Amino acid sequence: MALEFEQPILELESRIRELREYAQEKGVDLSDEIALLEQKLERLQKETFANLSRWQRVQLARAPGRPTTLDIVQHVFEDFVELHGDRAFADDPAIVGGLARFHGRSVVVVGHQKGKTTKENIHRNFGMPHPEGYRKAMRMMDLADRFGFPFVSLVDTPGAYPGVSAEERGQAWVIAQSIQRMGRLRVPAVAVILGEGGSGGALAIAVGNRVLIMENAWYSVISPESCAAILWRDAAQAEQAADALKLTAHDLRELGVVDRVIPEPGGGAHRHPERAMQALAEALAEELAELERLTPEELLEDRYRRFRQMGAVREA
Amino acid sequence: MALDRLFRRRRTRGGGRDVPELWLKCPACEAQIYKKDLEANLMVCPECGHHFRMGVVERVRLLADEGSFEATTGHVQPEDPLRFRDTEPYTERLARYQQKTGRPDAIYGGTCTVGRVPALLLAMDYAFAGGSMGSVVGEEIARGAERAAGEGRALVIVAASGGARMQEAALSLMQMAKTTMALDRLWERRLPYVSILTDPTTGGVTASFATLADVILAEPGALIGFAGPRVIKQTIRQDLPEGFQRSEFLLQHGLLDRVVPRSELKATLARILRLLHPEGAQADGA
Repeated sequence: MALEFEQPILELESRIRELREYAQEKGVDLSDEIALLEQKLERLQKETFANLSRWQRVQLARAPGRPTTLDIVQHVFEDFVELHGDRAFADDPAIVGGLARFHGRSVVVVGHQKGKTTKENIHRNFGMPHPEGYRKAMRMMDLADRFGFPFVSLVDTPGAYPGVSAEERGQAWVIAQSIQRMGRLRVPAVAVILGEGGSGGALAIAVGNRVLIMENAWYSVISPESCAAILWRDAAQAEQAADALKLTAHDLRELGVVDRVIPEPGGGAHRHPERAMQALAEALAEELAELERLTPEELLEDRYRRFRQMGAVREA
Repeated sequence: MALDRLFRRRRTRGGGRDVPELWLKCPACEAQIYKKDLEANLMVCPECGHHFRMGVVERVRLLADEGSFEATTGHVQPEDPLRFRDTEPYTERLARYQQKTGRPDAIYGGTCTVGRVPALLLAMDYAFAGGSMGSVVGEEIARGAERAAGEGRALVIVAASGGARMQEAALSLMQMAKTTMALDRLWERRLPYVSILTDPTTGGVTASFATLADVILAEPGALIGFAGPRVIKQTIRQDLPEGFQRSEFLLQHGLLDRVVPRSELKATLARILRLLHPEGAQADGA
């Protein structure tokens, strides 16, 4: 399932593939034609991706095939051991986490988990956690603190689940608690927005000393569709809402909400997940190395200062 | 918003002159109430006890000891960092609310005593953009918590808010972390924080400072939750259970400490603060 603006690129790619197959089959030399088309492809890809609208980036952020938390713990980390459950009610499949090794050190990793197929997505509730998911995340934070391991969180959720049972079990309460718990970590904390950073359900595990974001991810107080439904009374105005919300990686870097944008390979992370994960691994290694020079007190103070100065106000 | 509608000047049928509405109908029991009676009864229906929304100035008057209040808010003005525009530019919306309320943003409060306990009292103003939390509300709450910690005061926040303010987008979201983290300044000094949830308290406010208090009180019948009922209904495509997301429902589910009628709110708050605050015993004896 390709996105609309990807179509011309995909068509060109398939033409190149066909030509190659044809050349091989018939034993003719079409290398000049192929080279020409490849140049054209590269140009087209560059042009398309240099001029992406915010709404197109939102679509990329949701594209199936982007690296998920479980992809990353397999490729970027070593020896991942998943830990389950909130020790109170259930194990929420929309948030996963556990112990792993990263560049020789033990770390705790937690992240939202979306599915790759419809069936898996239903199981994962499309990456929308219930309260027990955040309780599990808080358990992991405790674990990181207890052993002095860095805490890495991977954010990819349309938002916390808005349902009756979630409300009954205190969805708002656990999000608030999770924000507070993460703010109190005495170990280095790095959050990476992988795809969708949907509101409080994302922030609950994104109170890092450093907040990184993939180039085509979005992060805001509300999804463009919901924003449009409320402010324009028409969810179809999502494209306008995406522009108004300034929710892309580069917007957020300018607003000071994120510290670093992780570049995605041409065509987007969903088309080259390995290269995207490589870039993520490099960025994470650098940020952790820097943070590990700070004492627990300095880490607390650093995080407090980071979030304390957020916002735009004027003294009267 | 409901209150605006109720108090809106209406044309009388016969004359052409605008007169203020003197009577209004209780949305719960449909009784006709004389407006002055409602005000004298703390905006609570004398017939059925339905709690109408209360203005922030009246709220401060209700909770602060007489003559003790000194405003600290009002010096921080909102900006338009995103140059946000939906059907109307954010700056124009702000100007309209500022004119309507006479305040720069959706929060009002200051230092006072409550039952002789030194406190910092903040009330969110639902009449200003639905009490939504943008940078100014976040900043006032963070400053309030820091000041309370610095001056040995209890922190009391009366919440009334639809959540984080969309027009400041990610910066509003960040206020959830900012306010939450500022509360820790009170922890370090063992100073109490009491949260009073009023109708309505939803979204990013419920999911941050408002539910992180040492004691959480709520007014009867208040709508309190994460997602709004409309969003939930759309998601699950079912009718919501009776009383869902109301104070009494939340008390039953273990999410609140007490549901307190407005007439008892001041006395209850004062008792709790005296028990929690390091100087509470002295205030008791005074």
